[in-house]
Amino acid sequence: MILNHRMRRLAIPIAVLAVGLLLAPTSSVGAPMSSWDAKACGRIGGTLVFAQAQEAVTLDAHDAVDGFSVNNTSNVFDTLVRFKVDSTAVEPSLAESWTVSPDGLVWTFKLRSGVRFHDGTPFNAEAVKFNYDRQVDAKNPYHTGTFEYAEFTFQNVKSVEAVDPMTVRFTLSARFAPFLTNMAMFSTGIASPTAIQKYGKDFFKNPVGTGPFKFVEWVEKDHATYEANRDYWAGRPCLDRLIIRGIPDNTVRLLEMERGTVQMMDQVNPPDYDRIRNNKDLVLFTGPGLNTGYIAMNTQNPPFNDRRVRQAVSHAVNKAALVQAFYGGVGQPAKNPMPPTIWGYADGVQDYAYDTSAAKKLLAEAGFPNGLDTELWWPNRARPYLTQPQKIAEALQQQLAQAGIRAKLVTYEWGTYLQKTRSAEHPMAILGWIGDNGDPDNFLYVLLDKDNAQLGKASNVAFYKSDSVHRLLIEAQQVSDQAARTKLYTQAQELIHRDAPWVPLVHAARVGAYRNQVENFLLHPLQIWWLHRVWIK
Amino acid sequence: MDEQALAIPSLPVVRAPSGYYTDAWRRLRRNHTAMIGLAVVGAFAVLAAGAPLLNLPDPITQDLGARMLSPSRLHWLGTDDLGRDLLSRIIYGGRVSLTVGIVSVGIALAVGTVLGLLGGYYGGWAESVTMRVMDVMLAFPATLLAIFIVGIRGPGLNNAMLAIGVINIPIFARIVRGSVLRARQEDYVEAARALGSSHVRIIGRHILPNSLAPVIVQTTLGVGSAVLEAAGLSFLGLGAQAPTPEWGAMLTNTREYLRDAPWAATFPGIAILLTVVACNLLGDGLRDALDPRLRK
Amino acid sequence: MGWYVGRRLIEILPVFFGVILIVFAISHLTPGDPVLIALGEHATPAAVDKLRAQLQLNDPLPVQFVKYLGRVLRGDLGRSIQNSEQVTVLLAKRFPATIELTLGAMLIASVIGVLTGVVAATRQNSWFDGMSMFVALFGFSMPIFWLGIMLILLFAWYLGWFPISGRLDYTLELSRVTNLYLLDALISGNWQALGNALRHLVLPAVTLSSVPLAIIARMTRSSLLEVLRQDYVRTARAKGLAEQRVVSRHALKNAFIPVVTVIGLNVGSLLGGAILTETIFAWPGVGRLVVDSIFARDYPIVQGAVLVIAILFVLINLLVDLSYAYLDPRIRYG
Repeated sequence: MILNHRMRRLAIPIAVLAVGLLLAPTSSVGAPMSSWDAKACGRIGGTLVFAQAQEAVTLDAHDAVDGFSVNNTSNVFDTLVRFKVDSTAVEPSLAESWTVSPDGLVWTFKLRSGVRFHDGTPFNAEAVKFNYDRQVDAKNPYHTGTFEYAEFTFQNVKSVEAVDPMTVRFTLSARFAPFLTNMAMFSTGIASPTAIQKYGKDFFKNPVGTGPFKFVEWVEKDHATYEANRDYWAGRPCLDRLIIRGIPDNTVRLLEMERGTVQMMDQVNPPDYDRIRNNKDLVLFTGPGLNTGYIAMNTQNPPFNDRRVRQAVSHAVNKAALVQAFYGGVGQPAKNPMPPTIWGYADGVQDYAYDTSAAKKLLAEAGFPNGLDTELWWPNRARPYLTQPQKIAEALQQQLAQAGIRAKLVTYEWGTYLQKTRSAEHPMAILGWIGDNGDPDNFLYVLLDKDNAQLGKASNVAFYKSDSVHRLLIEAQQVSDQAARTKLYTQAQELIHRDAPWVPLVHAARVGAYRNQVENFLLHPLQIWWLHRVWIK
Repeated sequence: MDEQALAIPSLPVVRAPSGYYTDAWRRLRRNHTAMIGLAVVGAFAVLAAGAPLLNLPDPITQDLGARMLSPSRLHWLGTDDLGRDLLSRIIYGGRVSLTVGIVSVGIALAVGTVLGLLGGYYGGWAESVTMRVMDVMLAFPATLLAIFIVGIRGPGLNNAMLAIGVINIPIFARIVRGSVLRARQEDYVEAARALGSSHVRIIGRHILPNSLAPVIVQTTLGVGSAVLEAAGLSFLGLGAQAPTPEWGAMLTNTREYLRDAPWAATFPGIAILLTVVACNLLGDGLRDALDPRLRK
Repeated sequence: MGWYVGRRLIEILPVFFGVILIVFAISHLTPGDPVLIALGEHATPAAVDKLRAQLQLNDPLPVQFVKYLGRVLRGDLGRSIQNSEQVTVLLAKRFPATIELTLGAMLIASVIGVLTGVVAATRQNSWFDGMSMFVALFGFSMPIFWLGIMLILLFAWYLGWFPISGRLDYTLELSRVTNLYLLDALISGNWQALGNALRHLVLPAVTLSSVPLAIIARMTRSSLLEVLRQDYVRTARAKGLAEQRVVSRHALKNAFIPVVTVIGLNVGSLLGGAILTETIFAWPGVGRLVVDSIFARDYPIVQGAVLVIAILFVLINLLVDLSYAYLDPRIRYG
């Protein structure tokens, strides 16, 4: 659930930059000097235990959809290109270089030679083609999973050919700028064809890739153990062993880390931030998050079909207080649908002030002098953008009530919740989005374009159907100049702000915690825990 | 499985002579622990019922500036993580938790008694079907069945009450059927039958009163365990929904502050503990009081 | 006796059918689309359709049920929606963890419960009697997740006597044959792992034992008190047998009938309690599997797990019934 299927256009400049890398000299050892490999291991060896809030569901990169599985597969599998250490720009990985034809339809990747899978199988162009076929061709004998992401990552790909052992060619049916970034997504990890053939349906519990860590064992719902791939093409990982555990209880997870039986944990409960900061053995990592938590108002039904009512709700919410109380003070109140770390952010937008009387006035103008009764839906599952869902919902309920908006709290468990909000059964619903690739389109088009407001499968759960916004967003998909796109996206954000289909609440920080013996850890903006450069004192 | 297979020791069928319940009450009054139980349950009930008269701080209004204050003169039991007065929440929570206990046991009692009576009295086909259905229900761990039911209908207090009621139906059905089976053999029922009394009359006049004692005991115990079951559902996020102050939900939501604000994660637990203990003391006392055979 | 066992087994069949039907009906009538959950916030219509077809969720429900029933009878419980693992394989891996936990809890509850009950009964109205029954009542009345967290804080975090969570330290190697870690450690003679697994087991087992321990202690006490009033016990006493001998030889065996019943019945409530205990202690058992799968609407796992739990439960109760015959020779089956 980290990446999305609807990415339409990728930042062209990223692709251009990547093509430019062709000309850059590679380092003498064959591995490009990138930020990932810039720092040497301070110490080689040791075991690191990383505790997540949930265990992996599958270890097959092609079939993983949840972040907990992805944190496992991303340490075992490499992709053709990879995201840079601290951004969503891409750099060479299993492909050393690539070219694209002038019409943008033919992508030719030159593969890194001498790379072997963990089972000894050599990595080559046939392996890339094998992986592609397995995911895309439902009749392939090794099409043993659902492979939900394949349709997205390989959209517009017409064919894949092994030109020679170390060259692979992707032919597209239409120009498609996100193609290269897609080749960095976790789901395109390259797996050993021999292992896939050997394990068949059981590959998901016997993963074999080329990545920094080799799979040792998986005790489902408990832990997975990995050991260092000493022949890793970019240099062996610093650790000898990596163990990824699942501990669902927040308190217990932290207790384990305090005791030192766990060195690293995700999903820190905000109330524990200070406990970690005050503990000299522990470190709290925080960085801006590529996400937005928001309230979507159902713009098709009364009372929220009236813009003034939506604006009233916007005035009634005290975002700063929420961030302080429930995000440990490290999130950022949101005024736009997308976070400011993404280019094209409309910083000129002036947020609706927290002003209860302004809210009441707008409500009265809209015909609700005595306030109104409605429902506020909230999802009963902590998400990175919604750290403490129930408490946030309770606080919002009270803030709204002070402006005369008496909202009953309603919740369903996750699957039902998604289903019902997609079907527009809610008046107001709290939801959120984690960015996939750093493109404004990934937020604005997916979440607020009328194309995505089809009943039953909407990702635009405000059912906001503005034609002017639609025109701007479509135009922005078709032009390639970033300055021009920025202008279009800024206009779109201004219109969205005026119409207020959402109350953007917060851009939550990405947070992780570890013991201070852990060195060289950086949580990637995509919130995937790549751990091969981490070492233990 | 037969009716013996209940955790509750079977009670003898005693034909209710006039004064039976007066005697029982006299016996109960002499039982100190039972009276303590009654007093605690009574106190919670009175507090819950009279909560609006007590001039307590609102149990729902948050004060984010007063989060996790330790007990003081202003907040006798401290405040929770949203700055709400804990004493007030526990007293209002009593309204919710006791309601859950009473309503869910009420559901189980009503349905279970009817099924048990019908099954036990008519026997044959009706009995087979009812008891097979009860067997199927008893084949599920109760908590699991409750999770299922709340899963179908969505989380929330009403559905939690319904689920807890449903999982308790077989217990009542078996108790009642057991008593009925034994009562049916008794001379006075045979006599009533021979005299041509209607089924309804036999059930209502002879059989039901004789099943009452074990049912009263189980009802008392059931309220306690329903409070616990509701807490378990709340722990899984399926019980009372925010901001309703239900003890189990309060305990779950403050459990993560056990080291920072131990009072917030302790007092709701104590409230549950006291209530369940009290229900059990009272239930035990009732059992002794209603069963003269066990008199010491 | 053999005929009786046979009849009981046949009687169980409709129960099993009912269980399968109820589980199937409940999981399929539940709102919440497994496909949407599997795909998350980002599902596209195409992906949804594809997965739905793959899972045969497009058939009418009765057809799905008949197909399911047929597969169950062939011993095929299907594959997980989330990762296509075979449910039987999954259960074979996860049940041992729960069995270990449940047996541990049952052992603690039975041994301590029976001992406490016997002592309390033979010293009726003593200080020990009152105190032990009071403590038992407390254990029975505590929300189990609250008890678990407090035990962790006190004994694992503050005192450091036991590990906080999990089944085994990750630094220890253990060949997992049966997935009952204690047994695996014994088989391979791995004493270090045995001790470590035992230490991991203590807190969750104690937590889980609190309710059955209380019930068993009280039941043993009251049942023994009742038996001690019976004629044959009086006769034994009159013959001049020592009180201890009277209790151990004559009274205990009969007093055990309701106790065994309670032990059997509590296997069900233990499995329920295991859901909460396993979540607190990150114990990779079947209770958590079921809850996680309910939330993920992973029908095949829920159906399979609940089915196996129910079958186990019914069989255990059959065993309980049969053990009456051993404990009380007056009961004859025919």
